[in-house]
Amino acid sequence: MKKKKAASKKWPEKWQEINPGCMVFLPGNAAAYKTGSWKAQKPILDKQKCIKCGLCYIFCPEGCIQEDKEGYFIADLDYCKGCGICAHECWPEAIAMEEEVE
Amino acid sequence: MGKRIGMEVGIAAAEAVALCNIDVAAVYPITPQSHIAEHMADIIHDGRIDAEFITVESEHSSISACAGASAAGARVYTATSSQGLMLMHEILPIVSAMRLPVVMGNANRAISGPLNIWNDHTDIMPQRDSGWICMFAENGQEVIDMTIQSFKIAEHPDVMLPIVLNIDGFQLTHMIEPLEFPSQAQVNKFLPPRKPFVALHPDNPISMGCFNMPDIFAESMKVKETALRNSKKTIMKIWKEWGKMFGRHYKPVETYKAKGAKTLILTMGSMGETASVAVDEMRKKGASVGLVKMRLWRPLPIEELRATIKGAKTLIVMDRAISFGGAGGPVATDIKSYLYQDMSRPKVVNYIMGLGGRDVAVDDFIAMTEKATKKKEDTFEFYGVRE
Amino acid sequence: MTLVQNFEIFAPKLIDRKEYFSPGHRACQGCGEVLALRIILKALGDDVVISNATGCMEIISTAYPQTAWEVPYIHVAFENAAAVGSGVEAALKALRRKGRIPDRYVKSVAIAGDGGTADIGLQALSGAMERGHDLMFVCLDNEAYMNTGIQRSSETPFMAATTTSPAGKEIKGQRTGKKNVPEIMVAHGVPYVATACPSYPIDLVNKVKKAKAVKGPSYLHVFSMCPTGWRCASEITIKLGKLVVETGVFPLYEVENGKYRLTMEMPKKLRPVEDYLKHQGRFRHLSDDDIKMVQKKVDYEIKKLMDKVNGLKGWDEK
Repeated sequence: MKKKKAASKKWPEKWQEINPGCMVFLPGNAAAYKTGSWKAQKPILDKQKCIKCGLCYIFCPEGCIQEDKEGYFIADLDYCKGCGICAHECWPEAIAMEEEVE
Repeated sequence: MGKRIGMEVGIAAAEAVALCNIDVAAVYPITPQSHIAEHMADIIHDGRIDAEFITVESEHSSISACAGASAAGARVYTATSSQGLMLMHEILPIVSAMRLPVVMGNANRAISGPLNIWNDHTDIMPQRDSGWICMFAENGQEVIDMTIQSFKIAEHPDVMLPIVLNIDGFQLTHMIEPLEFPSQAQVNKFLPPRKPFVALHPDNPISMGCFNMPDIFAESMKVKETALRNSKKTIMKIWKEWGKMFGRHYKPVETYKAKGAKTLILTMGSMGETASVAVDEMRKKGASVGLVKMRLWRPLPIEELRATIKGAKTLIVMDRAISFGGAGGPVATDIKSYLYQDMSRPKVVNYIMGLGGRDVAVDDFIAMTEKATKKKEDTFEFYGVRE
Repeated sequence: MTLVQNFEIFAPKLIDRKEYFSPGHRACQGCGEVLALRIILKALGDDVVISNATGCMEIISTAYPQTAWEVPYIHVAFENAAAVGSGVEAALKALRRKGRIPDRYVKSVAIAGDGGTADIGLQALSGAMERGHDLMFVCLDNEAYMNTGIQRSSETPFMAATTTSPAGKEIKGQRTGKKNVPEIMVAHGVPYVATACPSYPIDLVNKVKKAKAVKGPSYLHVFSMCPTGWRCASEITIKLGKLVVETGVFPLYEVENGKYRLTMEMPKKLRPVEDYLKHQGRFRHLSDDDIKMVQKKVDYEIKKLMDKVNGLKGWDEK
């Protein structure tokens, strides 16, 4: 039995293509699903107020806030679900939640 | 022929497992399997084999621990019976769906209620649909041989399915028989250490046991059915290999004086030996009687069965279990459903017998055969119930 | 700003930057449990094998053909996370000893929700801890069977409304309090038992590291905020986690070899429990008298804990 490469399979798979035991061999491939479409509001960072503490990065349940080259912590809007935790926890109030307009 | 020693079959089963280089055993004791569990503990505590013995707190945890250990790449063994097997029932289909090669010894015992610790097949029948390979041993030598074979079959890359080996409780597990053990070197040659298809280890992180939405579940079920059905090929190949190495040959369906017989008795498990004595006695009196012994229960060896029962007028199926409110005994029901479409097929008489340790002697087999030949149509009935 | 908040500003520099749980998982907005899981996995690192019970974390992360887990992971059923974890631990031990896997320590970690720990999973947990496996068990406690639709569990707090303990005309919510599983673990002789909350991430990371370092059983009870099940706004997840500690409803402590120690100093005057309850829809039906009853219960549990913190000797102490 050979491990099928995910790239060659199209979803939904034929029964012959299913990985044995429904195992998934590609760790973290859930990232293919962009949960950003879930959000009704998105975080906007005011870089003037941001002190680059990274608290928003710790408290994001999605893990989508990452440090950019300048040290600011920016949310990846492809995955941000708009929960508002980062804005609520940012104690310099540098993050504001804006309504997402389609 | 090698040297034979007298040993209790339950203890021999544990000794056979000890030859197989297992890594983990998780066993919860239950009568009549307890001797297997106890002897496994003896072997491991004496340091005779290098394995972990998990003294789990229930059978549900024993099969769960085996699933975890097997997923991590270990060769695992467990054993149970009756109520223990029923407690494992939830996890059995999961283990086969996850393609984990767990080997289990099942000391056949009646399921409650009422509570009964003696032999019949009612414990394994509810697990028919679990997707496990299911076999029956008739005597102590078969228990040893089939235990060792089971590891090789289960771990084979074309199979990757768990196996349950049925050993009649008390009737077989507690019998002392002359047994021949292969040497450690022979077993090592036949059964190298396990090379898992994948294993849980950080060097290659995988996720096992993912769930299915409706859009893929049906395909998963087809995979399971196909895998189980196709396993027969590999099972027979490995039995052939065993036959070449040890001179003891195994087939999915064994026969005893069945060729050309007008009446055939069909058994599974240790009652086959009693039935064969009955067949001899009836043949002495001129009856055209033969015996068919099913070794492989799942996947059902229907081609081999058809070939064996061709030409017979009457097929007497001995079921040591019943499906309440249904069509009778599980074995007869399965066989009849296959024979339904055949142009010529024997009359199938189904006896529900030997329940809860009720002894079935040579005379009983003779009486059942005589009754059966007089019957006009397919029937099922209880044998030996006082009215 | 309290002393605690001051310290946390530097927190991100002390936490492992690697993500062990990819985004793209299907947790609710503001899920405190997946946040706890994300932090726990960062503290655990690569050399683990996770055995997970059926529950929110399993369902949101492993819809075939996807997985959010970047570490080895197995899910079998609801009630056997501890049993599967025991099997994994035994296998890793045997295989390493026999040289069939690299000679490197890999920790077996079992993760389950409050149902898979305290209710249906209690037998397996008790058995695994009694046998002394080198197994770390993490309970992600969101105080109900959230994944199946917010039914009550034995960890549902007193008077909380769930679908199977609703705030009805005759009976107003959950009739019993939280089952004290950390206490049960101490009674099993587990050398390291701790409670934690993701609103205090450094505390959580430290406890995970300590639990991982134990060469034997360890137990971590992690409070997991659930805006969906508790009927509150998604952005106050972290705030709720802080309030639950500041009101004394869920004190943060650890028990090392029987010695109880608070890891978050409780102020002399705890905040009234109402501050915590008022944000949550599941306590909306509470009258003032009900809140007094809840406060009494909280005070009683605090007293019991402080008696142990102040008075009880550790197992090895003379």
